[in-house]
Amino acid sequence: MKTLFDCHKACIVKVIKLNTKGDLKQRLISFGIMKEALLEVLEHSPGKSTIEVKVGKMNIALRAKEAQMIEVEKI
Amino acid sequence: MNEVDPKACPITANHIKVALVGQPNVGKSMLINSVSNAHLHVGNFSGVTVDKTEVLFDYGDYNFTVVDLPGTYSFTDYTIEERVTHDYLCAEDYDIIINVVDSTNLEKNLQLTSELLTMSKKVVIALNMSDEADKENIVINAEYMSELMGVPCVRVSAVTKEGIDTLIDAVIQKYENPRNKPKLVFSEPVEEEIAQIVWYLDKHKFESVNTYRNIAINLLKNNKKTYATLHDEPIWTELQPILIEASKHIELHHDSDDIKEAFAEEYAAFNRGVVAEVVQQEVRKNERTLTEKIDSILIHPIFGIPIFLFFMWSLFQLTFEVGAIPMEYIDAFFIWFGDTLGATIGNDDIRSLIVDGIIGGVGAVVLFVPNIIILFIGIALLESTGYMSRVAFLLDGFFHKFGLHGQSFIPLVTGFGCSIPAYMSARILKNDRDRLLTLFIIGFMSCGARLPVYVLFAGAFFSPEMAGNILFIIYISGALLGLGAAKILKLTAFKGVDEPFVMEMPKYRLPSLKLIWHTVLTKTMMYLKKAGTYIAAASMLIWFLSNYPHNLILEETYDTKISIAQDAHQKIVLEHERDEALLEQSYLGSIGKFSEPIFAPLGFDWKMSVALQTGLAAKEVVVSTLGVLYSLGGDVTQDSNSLMGAISKNISFASAIAFIVVIMIYLPCLAASVVFTREAGHIKYFFYLLAFTSIAAYVMAFIAYNIALFFT
Repeated sequence: MKTLFDCHKACIVKVIKLNTKGDLKQRLISFGIMKEALLEVLEHSPGKSTIEVKVGKMNIALRAKEAQMIEVEKI
Repeated sequence: MNEVDPKACPITANHIKVALVGQPNVGKSMLINSVSNAHLHVGNFSGVTVDKTEVLFDYGDYNFTVVDLPGTYSFTDYTIEERVTHDYLCAEDYDIIINVVDSTNLEKNLQLTSELLTMSKKVVIALNMSDEADKENIVINAEYMSELMGVPCVRVSAVTKEGIDTLIDAVIQKYENPRNKPKLVFSEPVEEEIAQIVWYLDKHKFESVNTYRNIAINLLKNNKKTYATLHDEPIWTELQPILIEASKHIELHHDSDDIKEAFAEEYAAFNRGVVAEVVQQEVRKNERTLTEKIDSILIHPIFGIPIFLFFMWSLFQLTFEVGAIPMEYIDAFFIWFGDTLGATIGNDDIRSLIVDGIIGGVGAVVLFVPNIIILFIGIALLESTGYMSRVAFLLDGFFHKFGLHGQSFIPLVTGFGCSIPAYMSARILKNDRDRLLTLFIIGFMSCGARLPVYVLFAGAFFSPEMAGNILFIIYISGALLGLGAAKILKLTAFKGVDEPFVMEMPKYRLPSLKLIWHTVLTKTMMYLKKAGTYIAAASMLIWFLSNYPHNLILEETYDTKISIAQDAHQKIVLEHERDEALLEQSYLGSIGKFSEPIFAPLGFDWKMSVALQTGLAAKEVVVSTLGVLYSLGGDVTQDSNSLMGAISKNISFASAIAFIVVIMIYLPCLAASVVFTREAGHIKYFFYLLAFTSIAAYVMAFIAYNIALFFT
């Protein structure tokens, strides 16, 4: 299983599943991170502790732990 | 816009109450600014408008009340702001919703719009930032969009003021005309289930203010309120099995066990359709936007943090270097003013009250206005350009190690300006524990009011070239101490699960000069107002406490000694001794003497002890207290007019260091303590804060004092 956390910079992936529930899932969805959405990894902060991704026209920052909950596939 | 004028609405006229809703960073506050002349604060990071703000104005035959609600990404209760907005929209009484959307990012913004459209309220969509959309060659067909969505869509720009009148006209028209049903079409399986529930409700002639379609959608979305209402109705027993079947059908269709996720996908699909129809845009692939280009430098994994530190260092350098230029003149002005005014007053006591008490005290505080202005400009720039979110991104890894959240950075940096807005902005943290922890740490970020004390001491003990660096060190070490304290608290008092870190990185924006001007002006005026009222009163009180009770015998003894003294030098020494002795037996002297033993291990004399205690009211009072105490009791030789000179003569280096440490750590001012208690939610947290900061301040100052003694 590949998650967003495993992706390198500049790689474009498609979301397959959100392995979380409740508030966090709602939060991700409200930012447009939902099934079928395309994500582009823009930047990692030092130590890969946070990740910046592009969803549509919006840039979102995520922590490594949350990125590991997002199952993706390469396109 | 002459006819739009903010004033109170007469009760007799026609009212329209508008709820202004939108996602964060779409320029809601800016729009309200364009519509009326209200001076609201607008920032470029999420969660700026924390409380809802009301603005009143007249237009045409109507009186408008516009309620600016905090930005929300969707109808969830994730953060306090979202809860405020959600509760307001569901429970309060209003006539119409203006949904502000960012024209340059329509698809994402429509996600909230689709939720608004299921509410059976009148909605007008404001396609804001149309000027930016034009620049990016994004063309939105507003008429076609109005037709597709069944609600009026108006192109506006808060910046260029384009379309503002059209927007208000659209609101009036929508208000006057009978409801035009919004068109929100779902996928076939969902539409089927909606139709079935609608048919069922219709069959039983169910009575409701909302449309059946609306009730059906809310039931399918598991809306708690709709459930609660219907639960007590007789039709519920038959309706329930239909609903269970319907939910299963939809979940199967979406391959998800989460109905909310399924609906989010439904909305997204509809919105994609609308955007595809109405938006024309040149597709530019693989071309980086300006924001991304800037980001590749500013959040670079290696250079990002050094660049940030450089920005902060420059800010403190500027604060000191540039801020020092007008200080001399302000100082000279108050001395001249005091002397001139003093010469006209006959009565010794009154002259002393006005010159030494009020003018001395207030002057000492006004002296630091240039520094305060520069610091506020810096923080306003950080806020309004969007850089603040980048710093949160860069620092989250680091902050997280200390148990803090990357977004804690926003209240913490605000804390460098003033603790009060900082405590309030901590609301962006959703998790109660994270928020409380951040609230406890904010005090470690030295606020603008403490700056005068630092500038005073740094100037008194270090060369002008070094003073800026010292200031930087003070601020940074305060912040580091705060992080250490956070770690300790996280391991002890605030154990628990971490809040997730998911935040938007807004586009970079050129700061609007007008906005920064307003922010800085408001804050500076607040500072001056405080100097004119609160601090003037405190200075008078301190003057009184330091002049009374009069001890006539002591005065006479010294006066006789002075009159028989031979040379001028001896006279001056005796006069100094007399003033010192008088001050020591005053009320303030007694308080200071009483508490002196407590502060003795830190090397404080009684004057410093008193200054710390008056500083509990407001940090500016520390400087004015020192000003009053040293101008009354200090030696009256050569250059002693300036407080800095008096301080460097009377206080040892080690004591000064310990004093700065206490100022850095101990309880913020009275007003901030009140806000802290309100935000923390219980008075007990105030006592925790009091105990925590007092003990920490004492221990750290003791250590600093002894280290400094060792080296001097």
